[in-house]
Amino acid sequence: MTDRSPGFATLAVHAGAQPDPTTGARATPIYQTTSYVFNDADHAASLFGLQSFGNIYTRIGNPTQAVLEERVAALEGGTAALATASGHAAQVVVFQMLLKPGDEFIAARKLYGGSINQFTHAFKSFGWNAVWADPDDIESFERAVSPKTKAIFIESIANPGGTITDIEAIAAVARKAGVPLIVDNTLATPYLIRPIDHGADIVVHSLTKFLGGHGNSLGGIIVDAGTFDWSKDDKYPILSEPRPEYHGIKLQETFGNFAFAIACRVLGLRDLGPAISPFNSFLILTGIETLPLRMQKHCENTKAITEWLASHPAVAAVNYAGLNGDKYNNLARKYAPKGAGAVFTFSLKGGYDAGVDLVSRLKLFSHLANIGDTRSLVIHPASTTHSQLDDAAKTKAGAAPDLVRLSIGIEDKEDLIADLDQALRRED
Amino acid sequence: MNHDSYDDNYIRGILNSVKSIAMVGASPVNVRPSYFAFKYLAQRGYDMIPVNPGHVGKSLLGKPFVASLLDIDRPVDMVDIFRNSTNIMPAVDEALKMMPLPKVIWMQLGARDDAAAEKAEAAGMKVVMNRCPKIEYGRLSSEISWMGVNSRTLSSKRAPMPTQGMRLSLGRTSVGGGATSAADRAAKNRTDPS
Repeated sequence: MTDRSPGFATLAVHAGAQPDPTTGARATPIYQTTSYVFNDADHAASLFGLQSFGNIYTRIGNPTQAVLEERVAALEGGTAALATASGHAAQVVVFQMLLKPGDEFIAARKLYGGSINQFTHAFKSFGWNAVWADPDDIESFERAVSPKTKAIFIESIANPGGTITDIEAIAAVARKAGVPLIVDNTLATPYLIRPIDHGADIVVHSLTKFLGGHGNSLGGIIVDAGTFDWSKDDKYPILSEPRPEYHGIKLQETFGNFAFAIACRVLGLRDLGPAISPFNSFLILTGIETLPLRMQKHCENTKAITEWLASHPAVAAVNYAGLNGDKYNNLARKYAPKGAGAVFTFSLKGGYDAGVDLVSRLKLFSHLANIGDTRSLVIHPASTTHSQLDDAAKTKAGAAPDLVRLSIGIEDKEDLIADLDQALRRED
Repeated sequence: MNHDSYDDNYIRGILNSVKSIAMVGASPVNVRPSYFAFKYLAQRGYDMIPVNPGHVGKSLLGKPFVASLLDIDRPVDMVDIFRNSTNIMPAVDEALKMMPLPKVIWMQLGARDDAAAEKAEAAGMKVVMNRCPKIEYGRLSSEISWMGVNSRTLSSKRAPMPTQGMRLSLGRTSVGGGATSAADRAAKNRTDPS
């Protein structure tokens, strides 16, 4: 039989999972255990020395988690993956592998507010310095490169504005600078965009959003594209130099094109500790099985709602890359032909007060700080997710004070439009 | 043949058919990749022979070192070369003098010598370059999935009970390697300094 490549939906259901060897259980079991017995002293020693594949302790790996990791790696077209307790934890682990105190990384200005906070405050206290660049101005990335630059970080579809980033153009800057390109693919999911196909070396996700999809579990993941040569110079000693705690093994030499994922596990998870719980791995894994169906519905609903909003007399502007005439529509056609996602912002002619009013009148949309749920969600970013930024930074991040953000769920679109319609009708 | 990427059936066929493997450059130092691979393959039931002139008189996991491929007293199915790219040709030349001729020349992860590969193929041997047999065995048996690695295989059959020292099933359905085409392309670009 010749090898064939199964489609995305087949991988979403099957990749990484196999009926359980002892019971034959078809669904992936929840291995709710902290630790695993060794066969004998030699087996234990070879596991600890990274000579054998296997389980030691759930802080480093767990069989339910491993299925989740292989599945996301397969969907993204990566060589391996590592799941973490949250998307934020994934980012800490990635940067800890790449940066030493005093090093820099270039980050797109249009990011999830939580990432901007993490980079500005926590990372700064570690001595990791974010240098900001504008994803609408590729040259600003080139200008930001310095001898201290160790990585470039962007979002494929940026939160909250739903703008599309020109991944290939920024990948070219990263290649020229000799540093890896890290892409947060949370809003797109691999169903809409596969950043590795466009030059990303590392992909990160908050699994909490569309991948898990049901708003019930936190999780994050790091996907290794297997494309970056960590040993070409001395910039990434964690991957290229002998590791004292593992008796001097060199990670890239030993693990080849999935060495980064291994480093994140055996150094990052081991030492920093943000392991995902087996139960969350199970719930997210179950969510991923329906990812293609959900993303189709999310995108179909979003297209209908943004078109309806754009023609509503109370609406000043709708920012959605999937709309004809949107500033990012050409990039959306190139990178996300199946749909531009389900998160967007819009502003009302009545300004900030009208936005606050709208949020309070909605009956089906939930007012909360999350995206990528089966349920439709609404928030006012300027007073919540992006509240720690000043007004100028809010606008640069795509969260101007008069904007309302929606995350469209998989309900019937007619009901969502009816809810928006009644909320927009002011009954003074 | 194309050595930028391999069909899983090609690798699977090799790992399923060879029984004895001579490892050129096997190291007794237990943190070297060659030691990892030697031990792993021995545990999976392969008859392993360590070849390293610097360690003659000693043994590796109970197997005595030999100085050269030509000092091996039994037929060898596969020669696994744990040397860097510049030291591949002498090992292949030595393998070509063996009687009977080995069936497979395997060059370790990071090692590639297209001229040596062509010579071995002209003599009727199969060649694999820039791969690790331990990683490939772990991938095709899905054992490597325990580390979150993309095995690029699928199966709806009950998994075998993994116990130390057993030969695991390599008969899973392959996903065709397409899922990591980006990694294969990057490896090719590294070996083609154009």
